[in-house]
Amino acid sequence: MTRSRVAGGTAAGLGIAVLYLSLIVLIPLAAVVWRSADEGPGYFWRSVTTPDAWAALTLTIGASALVALVNLVIGTVIAWVLVRDRFPGRAVLDTIIDLPFALPTIVAGLVLLALYGPQSPLGVNLAYSRAGVVLALMFVTLPFVVRTVQPVLLELDTEMEQAAASLGAKPFQTFRRIILPNLIPAMLSGTALAFTRAIAEFGSTVLISGNLPFKTQVAAVNLFSQIESDNITGAAAISTVLLVVALVALIALDVLQRWGSRRG
Amino acid sequence: MAKHVLRLVAVVYVLFLLVLPVGLIVWRTFGDGLGPFAEALTSPSALHAFKVTLAVAGWSVVANTVFGVGAALLLVRHEFPGKRLLGAFIDLPMAVSPVVVGLALILVYGRFAPVGGLLESWGIQVIFSTPGMVLATVFVALPLVVRAVVPVLEELGDEQEQAAHTLGAGRLQVFTRITLPGIRWALGYGVVLCLARSLGEYGAVAVVSGRLVDQTQTLTLFVEERFQNFDQPAAFAAATALALIAVVTLLLTKLLRPKDRSHGN
Repeated sequence: MTRSRVAGGTAAGLGIAVLYLSLIVLIPLAAVVWRSADEGPGYFWRSVTTPDAWAALTLTIGASALVALVNLVIGTVIAWVLVRDRFPGRAVLDTIIDLPFALPTIVAGLVLLALYGPQSPLGVNLAYSRAGVVLALMFVTLPFVVRTVQPVLLELDTEMEQAAASLGAKPFQTFRRIILPNLIPAMLSGTALAFTRAIAEFGSTVLISGNLPFKTQVAAVNLFSQIESDNITGAAAISTVLLVVALVALIALDVLQRWGSRRG
Repeated sequence: MAKHVLRLVAVVYVLFLLVLPVGLIVWRTFGDGLGPFAEALTSPSALHAFKVTLAVAGWSVVANTVFGVGAALLLVRHEFPGKRLLGAFIDLPMAVSPVVVGLALILVYGRFAPVGGLLESWGIQVIFSTPGMVLATVFVALPLVVRAVVPVLEELGDEQEQAAHTLGAGRLQVFTRITLPGIRWALGYGVVLCLARSLGEYGAVAVVSGRLVDQTQTLTLFVEERFQNFDQPAAFAAATALALIAVVTLLLTKLLRPKDRSHGN
């Protein structure tokens, strides 16, 4: 095998991969950003700040931030229970955590509506309310923090904790001083992933939110209705905002992961 | 004490968020026995939706598997400038809202777009037809196979491949005899994830399909359309069928994952 053949193979493979990615992902996404600037920055700004689009964007970012915070806490608790606790049914819990990744989002919305909708056997009706939107986002983002924190907890040495305890540290002190600093990068990475997913979410919120503009309509649903009513440039503007928010979250995630690997 | 409180919090949260809602749908679907379930799923519209879903998901899995293995080999076995950027582009679809995916494809492949118009003049309709739905599904499931295969390829190393090469094996032989057997579990894992994602895609397909009943309606679109038309039994039956597929996927991935760990040791 000569060097030039390897390089040739690399170039051919790279060319095909880039062409494929361009045709399916890059050119279409570039077309969205391009189209959003079609009628100038003034039009872009007006499209994003129409009352219904603005309400949808702020609701989406607010609800996603709230859901990310909920996940930060509950996701860490679940990861902790899965790694450090032993009880019957733990393996089942460990398996079903991934269900939101496997379940189609429209089905997620439907099942939530069955339990927390108008015909709720629990008597809790969250349909057409913002609480319903938050619930749907909590459902689809559940695995992120659990699955980023869990491996770090598994790798964590318990010797330091035992040393701290033998030196008289209380359990909470040990957690705050020894465990938490090791977990923080993973916890924040998971939270950033959950936030990105929540910003983009569409299917699970369609049924439970009722799509009431100004009240429960999230950005992706607002975007969908703009496409349906053929306001393509406005839709492209909202899409661009969503893409930028996701990009910022992903860059933050990358910084967090490097910070985490430097500390580890 | 604290241990029990944490356990209770975790179990109750997952119970009320996941288990009870999914359980309730299954319960409601099978409440009147298997008959109505089978009946709802064998209506002409439901059968057609099944067929469309399988065709779209099938093409998506084939495309993403071929691209996924190729891209993983490229990222792990080759050196070139811009490697990190290529990796980032491959992960990009994870962060894009499905509705944005749909819009993006319409802007390039729609009837009034340059590329779409050209294809249309050749008699190929992309948007509101199967090719567009396949493109949308390929887009959303793109990173899954690559990300499943890359870590295993890294762990395997290329010593065996080099040895085979020295002994006179051709590229294809090295791939089919050495590389493929080494990554088969990870590949299976990626393919299962990709299939599940493709079968369940809703948002992107909703935009590019035009949601034409009995034409471009997939199973997820069928669930939504039946529910909005107050046909709860059909919506619940199709949702339960999709949920069962999701559970099978979950168990399959569970089976496939640990195998690679033992393989690595």
